[in-house]
Amino acid sequence: MRSLARRKLAARLALGASGVATFIGLAFLAAILWTLFSRGLGGLSWHVFTEMTPAPGSEGGLLNAIYGSVVMTLLGVLIGAPIGILAATYLSEYGRRARLSVVIRFINDVLLSAPSIVIGLFVYTLVVLPMGHFSAMAGAISLAIIVIPVAVRTGEDMLRLVPQSMRHGSAGLGAQPWRTITSIVYPAARSGLLTGVLLALARVSGETAPLLFTALNNQFWNARLSQPMANLPYVIFQYATSPYPNWQSLAWVGALLITLFVLFLSIFARLVSRLFGQRESRVE
Amino acid sequence: MSAVTLPFKRQLRREARAEQVFRALTVCSAALVLIVLAGVLGALVHGAWPALSTFKFGFLTREVWNPVTIQFGALAALYGTVITSLIAMVIAVPLAFGIAVFLTETCPLWLRGPIATCIELLAAVPSIVFGIWGLFVLAPLLQHHVQPWVIDHFEDLPGIGHLFRGPPYGIGLATAGFVLAIMVLPFITSVMREVFLSTPRSLKEAAYGIGATQWEVIWDVVLPNSRAGVIGGIMLGLGRALGETMAVTFVVGNAHRISSSLLAPGTTISASIANEFTEALGPLYTSSLVALGLLLFILTFIIIAAARLLLARLEQRGASV
Repeated sequence: MRSLARRKLAARLALGASGVATFIGLAFLAAILWTLFSRGLGGLSWHVFTEMTPAPGSEGGLLNAIYGSVVMTLLGVLIGAPIGILAATYLSEYGRRARLSVVIRFINDVLLSAPSIVIGLFVYTLVVLPMGHFSAMAGAISLAIIVIPVAVRTGEDMLRLVPQSMRHGSAGLGAQPWRTITSIVYPAARSGLLTGVLLALARVSGETAPLLFTALNNQFWNARLSQPMANLPYVIFQYATSPYPNWQSLAWVGALLITLFVLFLSIFARLVSRLFGQRESRVE
Repeated sequence: MSAVTLPFKRQLRREARAEQVFRALTVCSAALVLIVLAGVLGALVHGAWPALSTFKFGFLTREVWNPVTIQFGALAALYGTVITSLIAMVIAVPLAFGIAVFLTETCPLWLRGPIATCIELLAAVPSIVFGIWGLFVLAPLLQHHVQPWVIDHFEDLPGIGHLFRGPPYGIGLATAGFVLAIMVLPFITSVMREVFLSTPRSLKEAAYGIGATQWEVIWDVVLPNSRAGVIGGIMLGLGRALGETMAVTFVVGNAHRISSSLLAPGTTISASIANEFTEALGPLYTSSLVALGLLLFILTFIIIAAARLLLARLEQRGASV
């Protein structure tokens, strides 16, 4: 039997080490944010939001890339979130105990962590090859496919939080299930569903890999969904690895913008779920 | 308005029809999840077929990757993928364990929420940001301050010395593994924290009752009790690390070869696809890249599926208690 003093010392050391581990974890976040601010803040000006991506060596901004990112992300969420919430409705309301639901839940959880670059390859084969060229639509579809599992997972969690007694009350008044769902369950789970959509939005805003072979990039202004479209992640990728100082500086500005946006969204989503008293969603 | 004045029977019929439509909509959306999976698998197999039928089993076992002579093998990329992910696990798992212990045991209550949120925010940072940070900040730092020291002290070790040989490039397998470790850290931490919290109070109190120290309770009671969850969390992190693309593409060096040193540049499956896909000329080159994608998908599918099964069984157990 080891002496009490030694056991106490071991406990002290181990718990101290856990504090150090936490400090290291937080230091990573701080280091990344510090780098983004110190390198990106200097290049931030109105030109970033009003001018197109420049040629090497000349002045410019990120307007077309920001526009493309906003369009494709919103489109991806607009396509993916309703599908995901409807699927979640099946899992939570119609098929809660069905064997099909068990399979779908499992597959959905796997898709949730599937490599996004593979989704890009899939949409490339599905959309880009038949069309013959890269397009913003293909980019939006690949983002939608990433949104769906997130919306299904958080959607089901949130719908399940609605008490059964509310459904029974509605059914007792003679409402069909669809009326109960659309007029009772959805409103009751509103803030939770909103949280899920915000989290999905945050998840796809920074996605780069699936856009590489779908939306590609465009140095010029393009508002047509059938054509290649610029987007922030791709521009950051291209500019950061270029040898031109003005491109590199724009890459840091873009990285700062996109990170701030995603962090803001994630915190906002947490606030929404906390303000409305929802429990946090299950493990991701 | 008019719906109210309709004869009751007609209204009922209308409701019933709406019910059918709505129900069908939800079933189709749910089925779409399965269709997406089948579609991804189908598209990958279809796209990879030319390469797989040309190189047969050799695709898996050959290191060569030569677009000029049109010879492709997956071994170098597969090796890089596995090695970088393993390095990531070696760094991330102890850190995640430490953070989870800190957040569930040592940390003052009022600080737990904010710190847990900060660690989770690390998961929200886009992968491309990790990439440029890794390339412009971490890689030079490792190159000038860490790798020379590592090479000096470890290259003559018997048996494992060759892992630390060669010039300090900065970028390479080790750096990629390091960046991956930071990226998967929040995922592993959050699973560990959750399963630690689900340890029954009575077990811990019984251990304290017979005089165990706080650390002994964690190591001998909490950890064994949440073993399945911890393994599940680690595998979930591993699945993420294997498929991570953009961050790795920046720092891995993109060299299709297997070096004995961990400090040497290499490549991973996802980095190869990201770098070469839009520039690949010729059907066999493209097809080989899709075959790499198929390999990655199967690999991550198996690992994530196993992790989910472990975690799902745990959830059931928790529900029945």
